[in-house]
Parts: sequence; C-alpha cells; structure tokens
Amino acid sequence: MSEPRLVEVRRNVLKQNDIIARALREQFRATGVFVVSLVSSPGSGKTTFLEKTLTQLQPRYRVAALVGDLATENDAVRLARSKAPVKQITTGTLCHLEAAMVQGALIGWELPQLDFLFIENVGNLVCPSSYDLGESLRLVLMSVTEGEDKPLKYPTIFNSADVAVVTKNDLAAAVEFDWNAAQANIQAVRPGMQVFRVSAKTGEGMDDCLNFLGQRLAEQRAVVRM
Amino acid sequence: MHELSIAMGIVDAALEESERRGGLQVSAVHLRLGALSGVVKDALLFSYEMACQHTALQGTRLIVEDVPVVVFCPRCQEKRALPSIQSFTCPECGAPTRDILQGKELEVFALEVEE
Repeated sequence: MSEPRLVEVRRNVLKQNDIIARALREQFRATGVFVVSLVSSPGSGKTTFLEKTLTQLQPRYRVAALVGDLATENDAVRLARSKAPVKQITTGTLCHLEAAMVQGALIGWELPQLDFLFIENVGNLVCPSSYDLGESLRLVLMSVTEGEDKPLKYPTIFNSADVAVVTKNDLAAAVEFDWNAAQANIQAVRPGMQVFRVSAKTGEGMDDCLNFLGQRLAEQRAVVRM
Repeated sequence: MHELSIAMGIVDAALEESERRGGLQVSAVHLRLGALSGVVKDALLFSYEMACQHTALQGTRLIVEDVPVVVFCPRCQEKRALPSIQSFTCPECGAPTRDILQGKELEVFALEVEE
C-alpha cells in the first residue's frame, strides 16, 4: 500500500477573476473614471437610490451605469429614465457579477468620456463579497425596514465595503428604526466606515452622499496626475 | 449560492496544477478557506462532488482547512486572531481595527497524491 504524498501548489481559486479585476482597476484609474459598485439585499432600494444619484449628478458630471439582474431588464428600464447611458448585464442563474462580465459589458464604451460609472450588483448580500470587480469604491446599502442587525448577519459583505448607505429613512419612524444600534453594528464589522442616511424618495441626505462621491473622484484624479 | 461555481474553480485549478506536473494521481485536494472568503463550507463540500463528476478528480476528497481572521491591533501592536467576524475589535484590549492580515483565503493549498 503506497503512502499518500502532499504536493504543495498554493493556487488562488479566484485568480482569474482577480487578474481581470486588477486590469479593470488600472484601466479605470488611467481613464479617470470613478467606479462605484452597489451591493445590497433585494428590495433595499438600490435602483431608486441609483436613479436619483444618476439624475442629480448629471448636471455636473458625465455618468453611466451597468446593472446586473438575474432575469429581467426592469431595473435598466427604470434607470434609463435618468437619461444616463445604462447597460443591462443579465446573469441568468448566477447570483453575482464577476469581473469578466463587467469587462465584456464595457466593450465599445468610451471610458474617458465618463466621470462616474456605477455598477449595480445582483441583489444578494452573500455571493458578491467574493468577487472583486475592479471598482474604486464598494457601497453597501441597507434599508431601515430590514432591521438594525443586517451588518451582523452579513459581516463579510459589510467588511468588504468602503462606505454604507442606510436607505428609506422616510420610513424610519414607522418601523422604529434604532439608528444608534445600526451604527454600532456597522462599526463592529467595519470600524471607521463612513455611513450616510438617506431617503432617495424625499431627497433627504442625498446631497451629502453625492458630495462625498464628488470628493472621492477629485482625490482619485489628483493621485493619478501626481 | 455561488459555491458550485467556486467548486468548479477549485476543480479547474487542481486539474491544471496536476497536469502541469505531468498528470498526478490525485486522491484529495487541500483547500484553505478564510472566515471572510464569503464561502459556506458545507455548501462547498456538497458542490465539490458534483463539480468533480466526469473529470479526472471524480471520487477525490476535498479537505478544507478553516483559516480564522487575523488582524493587527494598533494598540497592542500585535497580531490577534478574531474569535468572531461580527466584531473587528482586538480580543485582548478591545481596540477597533480594520487591518486584516489573514482570513480571505480561497486557496488550493496542496494536492494529495497516490504514489
């Protein structure tokens, strides 16, 4: 009977995705476009937030969006109302976007013509956390109706994000949302993360959040020019 | 659930590494799985069997080594393993930290080979 032997290979399973993501990040940086990916559970208000964001940024910035969805094109149709260029990525049964899908969707796009590109991931708080899309900033959304403990239930995705947006703040009183508890839970899984509290419906808090994005764009461009 | 596509990635990686070494007789694949990898172990083990079917890895085992999150504590100036991914604070002194040293691994570490 032969003895089994261990052959060390040390191979990252997501290597292929990471290589493409790195190339995308370099391309985004070189062309000066600031790329924001949006992750959240289904129904958290991603599309409404993004529609308002595209509309409000447009007088000052050139914006576009890629939107991932399992089967429908409903979100792309809604976002197109903002008049910004929008492209749908239908993932079929796949529960998340991968870097290769973003790369494929961008074929034919003139990135230097853009200031902001938004990538709306499939509504899912689990799977997207494993896949780098080359984004400059990952924004995680949670709505007040989902409860304050969302970050503790899905720590991996909150930890992988750079900024959090709490949506549907117009409903906060109705659902007795505990802002301090939510803030504490977010800080527990991602210390120091900046959190914005918005209602895309009433417009409350949107300006602060969009000014923050404008600042980050300016910072990225300043670094590239140096 | 993205464990099936991850499992297929593991099978592809293991096959490629085996072929690169002249076609090894693999009996098991050793994987290092970080607590922050976003992958559920049980779902992965279940998916692995499916992903192996009709490949040279059919019938092999997937052996998963759980890798805890290790952070650097800015106050203690020490590496600390986190007991839970629900709190990114030093288990010794309570200081918050976002300096993650380990825990995102999703790595085919070794192939177990029959001689």
